[in-house]
Amino acid sequence: MKRIISVLMENAPGALSRIVGVFSQRGYNVDSLCVAATDDKSLSRLTITTVADDKVIEQITKQVNKLIDVLKVTDLTNGSHVERELMLIKVATRSDLIRAEVNRNVEIFRAQIVDVDVNNYTIQVTGTSDKLDAFAYTLGQTTEIIEASRTGICGLARGDKALRP
Amino acid sequence: MEMMSGAAMVVRTLKDLGIKHVFGYPGGAVLDIYDALYAQEDVQHILVRHEQGAAHMADGYARSTGLTGTVLVTSGPGATNTLTGIATAYMDSIPMVVLSGQVPSMHIGEDAFQETDMVGCSRPIVKHSFLVKRAEDIPLAIAKAYYIANTGRPGPVVVDLPKDIVNVLEEHPYHFPEDVTMRSYNPTLKGHIKQIKKAAQTLLAAKRPILYVGGGAIACEASALVTQIAEKLNAPVTSTLMGLGAFSSVHPQFVGMLGMHGTLEANKGMHNADCILALGARFDDRVTNNVAKFCPHATIIHVDIDPASISKTIAAHIPVVGSVDKVAQQLLEQFGSIDNGDQQAKMADWWQQIGQWRERKCLDYKADPEVIKPQEVIESVYKHTKGDAYVSSDVGQHQMFAALYYPFAKPRRWINSGGLGTMGFGLPAAMGVQMAHPEATSVVITGDGSIQMNIQELSTCLQYKLPIKIISLNNRALGMVRQWQDMNYKSRYSSSYMDSMPDFVKLAEAYGHIGIQVNHPDELDEAMARCFAEKERLVFMDIMIDQNEHVYPMQIKFGAMDDLRLSKTERT
Repeated sequence: MKRIISVLMENAPGALSRIVGVFSQRGYNVDSLCVAATDDKSLSRLTITTVADDKVIEQITKQVNKLIDVLKVTDLTNGSHVERELMLIKVATRSDLIRAEVNRNVEIFRAQIVDVDVNNYTIQVTGTSDKLDAFAYTLGQTTEIIEASRTGICGLARGDKALRP
Repeated sequence: MEMMSGAAMVVRTLKDLGIKHVFGYPGGAVLDIYDALYAQEDVQHILVRHEQGAAHMADGYARSTGLTGTVLVTSGPGATNTLTGIATAYMDSIPMVVLSGQVPSMHIGEDAFQETDMVGCSRPIVKHSFLVKRAEDIPLAIAKAYYIANTGRPGPVVVDLPKDIVNVLEEHPYHFPEDVTMRSYNPTLKGHIKQIKKAAQTLLAAKRPILYVGGGAIACEASALVTQIAEKLNAPVTSTLMGLGAFSSVHPQFVGMLGMHGTLEANKGMHNADCILALGARFDDRVTNNVAKFCPHATIIHVDIDPASISKTIAAHIPVVGSVDKVAQQLLEQFGSIDNGDQQAKMADWWQQIGQWRERKCLDYKADPEVIKPQEVIESVYKHTKGDAYVSSDVGQHQMFAALYYPFAKPRRWINSGGLGTMGFGLPAAMGVQMAHPEATSVVITGDGSIQMNIQELSTCLQYKLPIKIISLNNRALGMVRQWQDMNYKSRYSSSYMDSMPDFVKLAEAYGHIGIQVNHPDELDEAMARCFAEKERLVFMDIMIDQNEHVYPMQIKFGAMDDLRLSKTERT
């Protein structure tokens, strides 16, 4: 089962490598990882998606929590939450027909064209991972995908729940 | 505010933290720190012969005192040589701080001479690490390192110090940190009261309870409280290899060590228990045998300071996060005043059952008039030290014989590499013990394989006049490997024997010590008496023992805890 683990940690050198280390040392999977400083620059917020059963998730949460730099760990998939991912995708637009079809898809998926070149468009799309998958698939039916880059999931719990120091 | 160099700050911070001993080896990146050490007498430096030895010495020092052991090494090979020692301490939760030199900041990442990413290399085997970037940060980093190492679940911490920040020519203001607490690090010490109540009720209702005590009980000095709980409940007590001495091995309620080479009564007791109180133990594979068959009747109460240890291998019914001493105190409060007579009567059947298992006398062995048995060597050491020595051990058959045949009445007397199983640990560990306890008897139980893994430290022993007693059980083979080859590989002794053994007596003499070889059972007692009569000098006892002896009992692979081989021909 896909799980989204959210971690609040010190924005300190080496903190990220320690977290990644826990996953590799103990044989856990990382499907995606998204990390940046928070509104408080001394802290980082990190979202990891992994596929694991309850027992493994319990161990992951505990092992990550044990790291000295980590303040809080939570499994967002335990409760209701919002999750988003961003993708930049560059597609070939060599004919008017393809340009029109790509444009239609951009509208339908509420994406944005963020760069235009003679032969290609770069498109930004946000949403759940499923939506991004569907968008990439649809574009792939229409034209050639030159390259794509995804941020991985970042998420927050709904309502009052929050990870604060 | 006092002005001083980064190097002087390192030494001054150690002094202000009350550190008395540093085990280390100099080199390019730490010459400034060594120069600062030269100028003072508060912190004594012990010059080792190999950095691995320094780490094990600091480890033995820590295990025998409860204080944090300190290591100082240079960058590159100096630092990487400590890794086995750091991993050993990490696996057994031993407080240690390793100060490692690093190439100057501006050369980090350039593959400079003797450069290694020590923080990266050690990352999976440390509790935490620091790469210090400014001289002003040295006191806080070192103070935090000691705080982290010896609070919560103890462990090793690395502090990497680039050469430019410890430069003796640049001075900075020295400020000893008043406060080292961190918002991200708050170990839970007291157990949750709801869990404590549940645990207490379960223990009082149990008909066949057993206490399973591990190294965590030693780490937080909980011996007296654990004993009170055991006596209050009138329950049998077993111990892990790491926990030996936390509950006295000569106490009538002690049923011996459990696990792979545990006693029949301990393993039977666990398997048949209806309630297991695990205190600072972690249900590792050398205890549980096949987890699917583990203790089918028991309600498991697991007390551990590290939440990640709970339900890692065996699911706990009543998890209690907290330190053993605090939780034991809470449990005792919950017990209130149990009528002890009642508990005596309640346990009568259970003790009768245990008595039957004890009657099997699983540790009995057959002495041989011509060949020395390893068991009798350990018994002789016990006799000649009156059971009051600090016993360090290497890894192999001798380690198990020592654990089984030398009863430890006090905590911190049994010093061995339980988790990592590091051969070469024993001698340097015993040296750390002797540095911490100059008046005590520090014994190493070792074998002809293990002793050769850090034998260079015999030279350090001479330099610091450490009168250690080395009891080497020489079977001309890697005994434990050989035992497994006997059992599982049709006695095909692939690389498990050594056919060019040194003359250990001459070797000891070459290092300036006394060497004694013992070949016959009749010589053993007198040789041992001679050995322990030497109060000022190191004695190396090269004892020729039976090459074919196996360690028993031994759990049978894939079986339950109590599926045991009791000898070469008998099993449960």
